Amino acid sequence: MADITIIGAGVAGLWAAWELRKAGLTPRILDRNGPPGPHGCSWWAGGMLAPYCEGAVSEPAIVAHGQRAAQAWAEVTQVSHRGSLVVTLQRDRAELARFAQRTRGHRLLGAELREVEPDLSTADQALFFESEAHLDPRAALLDLTAALQAHGVTIEQTEATLEDIAGPVIDARGLAAGLAGLRGVRGEMVVLRAPDIRLSRPVRLLHPRHPLYIVPRAGGLFMLGATQIESADRRGISARSTLELLSAAYALDPRFAEAELLETGTDLRPAFADNVPRVLARGRVLHLNGLFRHGYLLAPALARQAAEYLTQGIKGDLVHED
Amino acid sequence: MRDFYGVTLETPLMLGTAQYPSPAVLEDAFRASRASVATVSLRREAGQGQAFWQIIRSLGVHVLPNTAGCYSAKEAITTAHMAREMFETNWIKLEVIGHADTLQPDPFGLLAATEALAADGFEVFPYTTEDQVLAARLLEAGAKVLMPWGAPIGSGLGLNNRYGLRTLRAAFPDVPMVIDAGLGLPSHAADAMEMGFDAVLLNTAVAQAGDPVAMARAFALAAQAGALAHTADPMAPRDMAAPSTPVIGKAWL
Repeated sequence: MADITIIGAGVAGLWAAWELRKAGLTPRILDRNGPPGPHGCSWWAGGMLAPYCEGAVSEPAIVAHGQRAAQAWAEVTQVSHRGSLVVTLQRDRAELARFAQRTRGHRLLGAELREVEPDLSTADQALFFESEAHLDPRAALLDLTAALQAHGVTIEQTEATLEDIAGPVIDARGLAAGLAGLRGVRGEMVVLRAPDIRLSRPVRLLHPRHPLYIVPRAGGLFMLGATQIESADRRGISARSTLELLSAAYALDPRFAEAELLETGTDLRPAFADNVPRVLARGRVLHLNGLFRHGYLLAPALARQAAEYLTQGIKGDLVHED
Repeated sequence: MRDFYGVTLETPLMLGTAQYPSPAVLEDAFRASRASVATVSLRREAGQGQAFWQIIRSLGVHVLPNTAGCYSAKEAITTAHMAREMFETNWIKLEVIGHADTLQPDPFGLLAATEALAADGFEVFPYTTEDQVLAARLLEAGAKVLMPWGAPIGSGLGLNNRYGLRTLRAAFPDVPMVIDAGLGLPSHAADAMEMGFDAVLLNTAVAQAGDPVAMARAFALAAQAGALAHTADPMAPRDMAAPSTPVIGKAWL
């Protein structure tokens, strides 16, 4: 018999289950679409665990809580601890200096860049965030699901409302939770296969108009992402965004022009006004929501705070009672 | 202060709403700056952006929709109509871009779109260069406000052609004018206001600052200082040094 019901089997719901289980509770997970898949926005993520880079445009809470993400994920899935690189095209050199000024945890690579990332030949300078990491988000979701299953926590495919469920509930449905103040921020991504190109870590291209990151995945795959548009439009990727993402990748390495375009994706990131996630306590319901573009980076910390609040009454900085 | 289509602004600052780290920071920047006008872009966020619109509306400032990213008069006119419907305002900041790299206005497309939109009841704020001939044509076409650029959009270069802007200001003393685009520092805003422009419009300089809220406040103070200086009839620069205390008769040891 479960002590607590979690609605939503995205990255927030799965992590909530994992942390609650570690805290000695027996959770169950409900999701109207069943186990993780293309129906959830977690599926479309980049999988960068890059708290310092995110610090350039995020609240300090993101940098602070993102620190333990790589270690937390390593409990359940393969994490590549190879750092991340930030580069610019020649004429935007000033952007690199500005990024360096606004972030911590990096060092500037000049000639050594050739040794660190030999295939990155268009850049002659990069910021190296050596302690950062990345993972394959789809593999991570499946691994976390399997790890939960091994501990007897299963995902039931069922459409349930809060009223249908007795006892304590964790609502981790993202936008479907319909919380006031929660908005959807559209993101679009592309997956390419380019077996000739070898990158061992995520690369961010700073660009005044078309910023881009490229995350390498197994099998010569590369995830290109991601746009960030203040819109709840769920339609497929626009021609403009495709052009921008592909052009930026091409500028970084012209061999991307020959890549096979495997997949495009669009979904909405749930976000509160400050783009910082929250644990919202409302009676017997605890909402875990607003992970924005930091699902993989912040879900472990958010789930930890939810578990500590439920089992020990500790009110962490992400917890809001109302 | 000159009015904008019958609206007198409380402060001479107009702020864009793109590229902030989060809507919460955007809101704080607006409050800190007491900006009177928020410009919003319609193209990419069209439809479905309700939550974001709600945040913009709650700022309680005048909303000036723009046609950013339009490359033809036709496209700009369509966007203007969508904006009028969505924001229930006749105001439109008209951008018709002529060059992808510099984002320089296309004077011909701008004139055609101004004419069509003014005839259709729009209150047009054309984003233009400092070109005096074009300014005259835009006014003939029905624009009652001009928005000359300081420098290319997002470049932060300040007032690139001070001579051109000064002569433009002098040529049309009664036309309300906003310096739009290219401002990078509060001193640029003060400079524009000292020259007698009626307001400044900026986005990137605030939104992409390390501390957008502090920078918004800095721009507000600078614009206010520049406006005040203009009304105070500044001295003219001169080559001859003129000490503010007389030298003759000073006690010396």
